[in-house]
Amino acid sequence: MEILVCVKQVPGTTKVEVDPVTGVLKRDGVDSKMNPYDLYALETALRLKEKHGGTIKVISMGPPQAAEVIREAYMMGADEGALITDRKFAGADVLATSYTISQGVRKLGSFDLILCGKQTTDGDTAQVGPAMAENLNIPHIANVLSIIEMKEKSIVVEMDMASTVEIVEVQFPCLLTVEKGIFQPRLPSYRKKLITKDREVKMITLKDFDDKNEKNYGLNGSPTQVERIFPPDANSDRETWTGTGEQLGHKMASKLKTLKFI
Amino acid sequence: MSKLICNQEKVNESIIEELIKVCPFHAIENKNGKIEVNSGCKMCMLCVKNGPSGVMEFVEEEVAAIDKSLWKGIGVYVDHLEGEIHPVTMELIGKAKELAAVVGFPVYCVFIGHNITHKAEELLYYGVDEVFVYDNEELKDFRVEPYTAAFEDFVAKVKPSSLLVGATTIGRSLAPRVATRFKTGLTADCTKLEMKENTDLVQIRPAFGGNIMAQIICPNTRPQMATVRYKVMNAPEKSCNQSGKITICEIDKSKLTSKIEVLKVTKKEAEESISDAEVIIAVGRALKTEKDMEMVKELAGLLGARIAGTRPLIESGFIGAKQQIGLSGRTVKPKLIITLGISGAVQFTAGMNGSEQIFAINTDPHASIFNIAHYGMVGDIYEIVPKLIEDIKSFGAEACIM
Repeated sequence: MEILVCVKQVPGTTKVEVDPVTGVLKRDGVDSKMNPYDLYALETALRLKEKHGGTIKVISMGPPQAAEVIREAYMMGADEGALITDRKFAGADVLATSYTISQGVRKLGSFDLILCGKQTTDGDTAQVGPAMAENLNIPHIANVLSIIEMKEKSIVVEMDMASTVEIVEVQFPCLLTVEKGIFQPRLPSYRKKLITKDREVKMITLKDFDDKNEKNYGLNGSPTQVERIFPPDANSDRETWTGTGEQLGHKMASKLKTLKFI
Repeated sequence: MSKLICNQEKVNESIIEELIKVCPFHAIENKNGKIEVNSGCKMCMLCVKNGPSGVMEFVEEEVAAIDKSLWKGIGVYVDHLEGEIHPVTMELIGKAKELAAVVGFPVYCVFIGHNITHKAEELLYYGVDEVFVYDNEELKDFRVEPYTAAFEDFVAKVKPSSLLVGATTIGRSLAPRVATRFKTGLTADCTKLEMKENTDLVQIRPAFGGNIMAQIICPNTRPQMATVRYKVMNAPEKSCNQSGKITICEIDKSKLTSKIEVLKVTKKEAEESISDAEVIIAVGRALKTEKDMEMVKELAGLLGARIAGTRPLIESGFIGAKQQIGLSGRTVKPKLIITLGISGAVQFTAGMNGSEQIFAINTDPHASIFNIAHYGMVGDIYEIVPKLIEDIKSFGAEACIM
């Protein structure tokens, strides 16, 4: 069983502000951590390995310091890890990011199962997992609630839909994005930290890829462009209304309708 | 190729220091008196805009322009489960009509499933020009490969300029695959969409946990794709008459194969807990008798709300202990909370002040609940609530428009 887990380093806080005058991002310090949703994907991989054997590799994309999240994965029990890092990947949107990671995945070997968290806390799109599956030409199941059965050539999982829960069987190789709560993630172990402190984090750059055409990566490989960023409208206005019961009842009903609660 | 370059001849120590400060991603480094940009760079261009002038430069290369006139119309993906159309679809039709009006485009729907052809009729009451239906046995349950194949067939055949997809469980899974297949852009969870004269779709979405809004365009690929969450856009009024037409699309069965098999579908049971309720009506001491709970229940029924309360109300036995909000009860964060006759002691508000919309009714104009309520009504619940119930009922009775 060859399992790959995709992880991302995200800012430790989502409290990012924009200076309304200059439009500059104000970031507090360099505090960063592993995307919390990825911990569930990693834990799922570890549980599957404990029960069925195999190897767990971890892949990430980001600046050199993102190697930290690979180290953290080692402390939880991952066997091998690689970081895709190159200045040429800067400014990648969903398409370019998913393409870049799938190029990196091909360099790491072949996998039966690829696990992702359901989304990240910084980008928040939940799109990179499914887009990667498309690039790798494999099926995917999003919003996996639990693993029901592991078979030789397939896996049976429970998938969360808006008003139903579906049990589906999907053949390997495949990609799953898992919901938080699928398993309780373990804490990094100090013992594992000591054992793995010299373990290599493989660095993958553009020149390692099969497709070395710069135009397919980073800003140049991204069909979307950010035209501008701006602070959201302040929505802290509070209103207090007075009037007769009838007036207030009417006013409240039409406000609820405008806000689409009716 | 567009590139970020550094004019090293203009660099000195103080300029390097300045640039390092400008970069929020720590991507600019001082390598022996020269600037080096590391892989932390996000191409935000702040070093170009706000750094010392002329040092960092963005060299843009003209990309061969695509012929946008070959792509016409705005397509809406019909989100459904076993033919039951999700209301986000009507909201997207409403937005698509607005966008289409700017550039004189038609509005299309693509409806993928099994035994759904008759359900497509429903869409014709909302002013779409054409509904493309893929009705095949292989499309019975949502399986991502055959659904992507049908969607791909629609895009290749119709060549829509923009595509709107509901950010539902299905939409979030399907849209990225379609976008990747066409090597085009996809913007998730847009809160605002506008159309430019040149048919570029302006997509606005919150970034970094909602602290920043990003305005995104997709100027050089088609179709342009966006997902939008439920209850963000406005559904058009339902018309009494149908308009537009339904086109049944044939697709080669060999394209509809899947490595996924759906073994069992179970309907979810209604959620009981107030912790994950989307709408809550919270009741306080102002409620005089247990019989008055009927009025609250009626309002809750109309709004699809769950009922919760303050500690005194729990103690009076009107509602159960699991329905208590506050420090000694549950913390809730619904999209809407209406507090009825609650003064707003901190023991209570600590459990609900993260709610998205807070409506409060209280007779005391100085009640502290009005400090946190987005909409505060100074009045008596026994006068306001019955009027409110009456109004909501009359909205529901509204007929289609001629």
